[in-house]
Amino acid sequence: MNEKNGTILSVNDLKTYFQTEDGVVKAVDGITFELKRGETLGIVGESGSGKSVTNLSVMRLIPEPPGKIVNGDIIFDGVDVRKLSIEEVRKIRGKRMAMIFQDPMTSLNPYLKISTQLMEVTQLHLGHSKQQAYEHAVEMLRTVGIPAPENRIDNYPHEFSGGMRQRVMIAMALSCQPELLIADEPTTALDVTIQAQILELIKDLKKDLGTSVILITHDLGVVAGMTENIIVMYAGKVFESAPTKELFATPANPYTKGLLKSVPDPAHEEGKPLYQIPGLPPDVAHLPPGCPFAERCERAEDICEREFPPFVQINENHHSLCHFAKEVYAESINQGSTIS
Amino acid sequence: MLKFILKRLIIIIPMALLVVTLTWGLIRIAPGNFYSGEKKLPPAIEANITKKYGLDKPWYVQYGKMMWNIVQLDFGDSLKYQGQSVNEIIWRHFPYSATIGLLAYMLALLIGLSAGIIAALKQNSLFDYGSMALAMLGLSIPNFVLGPILVLVFSLWLFWVPPARWGGISSLILPVITLAAIYAAYIARLTRAGMLEVLRSDYIRTARAKGLSEKTVLLKHALRGGIIPVVSFTGPALASLLAGTVVVEKVFAIPGLGKIFIESVFNRDEPLTLGIVAFLSILIMVFNLAVDISYGFLDPRIRYE
Repeated sequence: MNEKNGTILSVNDLKTYFQTEDGVVKAVDGITFELKRGETLGIVGESGSGKSVTNLSVMRLIPEPPGKIVNGDIIFDGVDVRKLSIEEVRKIRGKRMAMIFQDPMTSLNPYLKISTQLMEVTQLHLGHSKQQAYEHAVEMLRTVGIPAPENRIDNYPHEFSGGMRQRVMIAMALSCQPELLIADEPTTALDVTIQAQILELIKDLKKDLGTSVILITHDLGVVAGMTENIIVMYAGKVFESAPTKELFATPANPYTKGLLKSVPDPAHEEGKPLYQIPGLPPDVAHLPPGCPFAERCERAEDICEREFPPFVQINENHHSLCHFAKEVYAESINQGSTIS
Repeated sequence: MLKFILKRLIIIIPMALLVVTLTWGLIRIAPGNFYSGEKKLPPAIEANITKKYGLDKPWYVQYGKMMWNIVQLDFGDSLKYQGQSVNEIIWRHFPYSATIGLLAYMLALLIGLSAGIIAALKQNSLFDYGSMALAMLGLSIPNFVLGPILVLVFSLWLFWVPPARWGGISSLILPVITLAAIYAAYIARLTRAGMLEVLRSDYIRTARAKGLSEKTVLLKHALRGGIIPVVSFTGPALASLLAGTVVVEKVFAIPGLGKIFIESVFNRDEPLTLGIVAFLSILIMVFNLAVDISYGFLDPRIRYE
């Protein structure tokens, strides 16, 4: 293991394309980010922006065909995951990097008992005996807050509620104390009250176990209190990346500003209609030559339609993909923070 | 569970009686009977026969008497085979059909399941296209064509196996293959479709994300859900395979139930026809019940009250 503050995951110019009847879909097109040990990175974007594909690529879970990682390095703890054989990747999956998925209703196997599904992870990776694995599974269920786990462990998934199932998924993912946890919209399919509980749980477990977390979401409210850094994705590209506080205070990209404006703020805007970014995300199979957001952008000019924008460095940790990044940043500073 | 099984078993009785009633009605609606052959019987003899078999009584009396006997599992004597009871005849011929049917069933499952699973795992590969094309062929070639072709090649040209009749294991090979072909093809396609659907599901992705090997993912996580459509097909399929198939038994001159069944219809041998119909309907209902019970074991979400 590296020193405590080392980098656990660094992704460099990742490109994952899908071959479809419609042509090549560039679901992820040149994504770069870095995650330090013990930190949480938020990946924010609308549906189809490539956030899930990015992380499935990290786990090497992209179905091939039709998908393919065509370029980039995925360095996990000093090892390029892309260069590993599938057997070597399997030794990492579930043990050192684990994933929880969006829909807990369909992500657990309906035909197998919870105990079976939990036990197989530690039996495989930690060499647990049946007895050990069973006890460990009960312990994990207790950790994620399932009451009377010894009575519930031999139930089937359909006997659990949605929130409970997501807890089971988290227990499963954390069974081997992975160094990296990827949470792909872990609360999207859950009730609002349950959402807060699950996020709190992930936060606590992360603190206790020192796990690094990638939190994928389309909800800026979710990442605000949980992450150190955020990257905003749009149409398979990183549109902005910055430390969380800075991104919320002084966004340097019109898309990020739009997203921030669409978060309801009951304190200041009661009774006013909620802002929404006009239009729909573009079809990633047929992207225009210029900025993919130009069509929906309030401040788009001719150059935005013609030329692909540069990835402008604002300061050491803050980048924005925009022709007018510096201007937008300056405006944000003048306006003062929107959300503190 | 026990209550459910008991309930379903009890329902089989009225259902079988209903099937028998409908069959009886159809036989009676058709003109003529066992005695109205080409040769006209002398009136005195005809009157004797009519009296002996109660054909002079009103239809409801005949029907009631027949049903009363059937409820006691007595189907009477065959008209054609004098002095032999229907029950005797069924039990004499059923083993032939059952042997071939059971072997064909196992062969069809073996080929169909393995071809379907491999095709699903290697979707759009040469194996996938090849086996599915073969399956389409298997589904399209009727067994009265496949049977004679097999006989021609393996019996008359190559002299590997006997062309027909019952005797020894070698004589079973061709009829079993002929019978299994269509079922194997169907099972292969069902398995492939079922497996493909399951392999795309979220919980298979979860299983892979755990680092499980493809073998574990397939056998432990995917197979159960994938073969459920196959199970619902194979229950009734087994019933009809065991009951004998007319064409194959005819082509290979096997003294099975299917052959006897058809002959009984042509002979207007009413008791024998009704007996076999009752037997088959009970067999099919029992196997359907078996399928429903096995769902409960395959899918924990299904519980019977």
